[in-house]
Amino acid sequence: MFNLYTRRRLINALSLTVSVLAMAFGLFWLGWILWTLLVQGLSGISVSLFTETTPPPGSNGGLSNAIWGSLLMSSTATLIGTPIGILAGTYLAEFGQRGWLAPVTRFINDILLSAPSIVIGLFVYEMYVVKIGHFAGWGGTFALAIIVIPVVLRTTENMLRLVPNSLREAAAALGAAQWKVITLVTLRAARAGILTGILLAIARISGETAPLLFTALNNQFFSNNMNQPMANLPVVIFQFAMSPYDDWRSLAWAGALLITFSVLTLNILARVLFRQKANSH
Amino acid sequence: MNIPVNMTPKLIVKDLNFYYGNDKALKNINMTIPEKMVTAFIGPSGCGKSTLLRTFNRMYELYPKQRAEGEILLDGENLLDKKQDLNTLRAKIGMVFQKPTPFPMSIYDNIAFGVKLYENLSSHEMAERVEWALKKAALWNEVKDKLKQSGTGLSGGQQQRLCIARAIAVKPQVLLLDEPTSALDPISTAHIEKLVDELKKDFTIVIVTHNMQQAARVSDFTAYMYLGDLIEFGDTSNVFTNPKRKETEDYITGRFG
Repeated sequence: MFNLYTRRRLINALSLTVSVLAMAFGLFWLGWILWTLLVQGLSGISVSLFTETTPPPGSNGGLSNAIWGSLLMSSTATLIGTPIGILAGTYLAEFGQRGWLAPVTRFINDILLSAPSIVIGLFVYEMYVVKIGHFAGWGGTFALAIIVIPVVLRTTENMLRLVPNSLREAAAALGAAQWKVITLVTLRAARAGILTGILLAIARISGETAPLLFTALNNQFFSNNMNQPMANLPVVIFQFAMSPYDDWRSLAWAGALLITFSVLTLNILARVLFRQKANSH
Repeated sequence: MNIPVNMTPKLIVKDLNFYYGNDKALKNINMTIPEKMVTAFIGPSGCGKSTLLRTFNRMYELYPKQRAEGEILLDGENLLDKKQDLNTLRAKIGMVFQKPTPFPMSIYDNIAFGVKLYENLSSHEMAERVEWALKKAALWNEVKDKLKQSGTGLSGGQQQRLCIARAIAVKPQVLLLDEPTSALDPISTAHIEKLVDELKKDFTIVIVTHNMQQAARVSDFTAYMYLGDLIEFGDTSNVFTNPKRKETEDYITGRFG
């Protein structure tokens, strides 16, 4: 009916159309989500959002205690999880050639990486919250740190494996001991990639709700005490969004917008860093 | 396979066997490498020339399942001895690799890296040492105004000379060059060959090359290897113009390899 060339052009046009439609379908929902978030969230953004604490229903307030709690717990969790992740990842990449410990560690880490965060929340609840008898900021921090470790560990190992062996050989050939080769050369060569992993881990924990619901829960007041329940954005959003009060729901939208844009910023930062690394090699 | 009596032996290889797991890669190698001369290893891919070179600084120990048996004497001391401190040995025997391997740090720090490991120099002495090494490697004039810039930003040929400068900055006795020009263009190659000729005044040089003309141009002694055997070793001009073994002749005349 058609000659070969026409048929190929038609098939080409058809495949292109289907691909574009598939992409548009995916982007449509993402666009819709972001648009709703912007429209609903922007109306809630104001100075008082950052200066006032979460209000009782029907009165004015902000999210300052939740923002602070989230920052405090996320940063402490990152400070705890990052060194463990980097050290373990370095072990796997640099020393993990022999023996059984490295493959077992890698396997367990993979399980931890894909474990649902609610399981981690439940674990910390049983092991910590139940033991001390009340919800506490430290519980949230521990749960988030457990999520940070596998992400950082995996990126560190992958990034170190990307460092060519010739670089290790070159440093060893100068008479450098293995720990000097690792700290002065290989980790330095992989640092942009590892930093990217840390940023992605922060992005990951800043939106986690389940582990905090079991551990830090919430606090109406501004608090620096990690031994007491602590407010945080995800749990506040969870509680406020399901409430029947308009002002609470508006605050929930504003909080969701804050988290989304912090995560977006972290992701862009991670990409920029990684691109710089790619260019310098 | 010996060297003329008027030369001092630097490295003496005795009954050396090398294994990758169960595969034997070097078979009973015996040879003497003379001091402050250039010795070239040639042969087709997989003949064991790089493997032999990498036994001289025990580079293979970075990998499990690789092992060497026999003796390699450096000034009479067996360097394969387990009691021999590996890092001190490597400080005495420098190495430059096939692909340039600048460290992700400044040009200055690249050179200072190895020196700092074994010497405690004042910043003034260190600056002098860096300049000395870069001049020896014929790179000083090109980089003297950008010592603080990253070593990875240099061209391939410059990077390789940076690696040579880094290796000689620690003042080793022996310099191992593992196909140092195979990733470089002809002009950079000529630079490095000229450099090798200069450096043999101060260092004993062993160079692995897959380029026979290069061996003929730069070396005083040549070893031809095939499938883990040392087939012929001798004065470079003899090996190239009047080979004793037919296998060597076939390889250098291009009938094989």
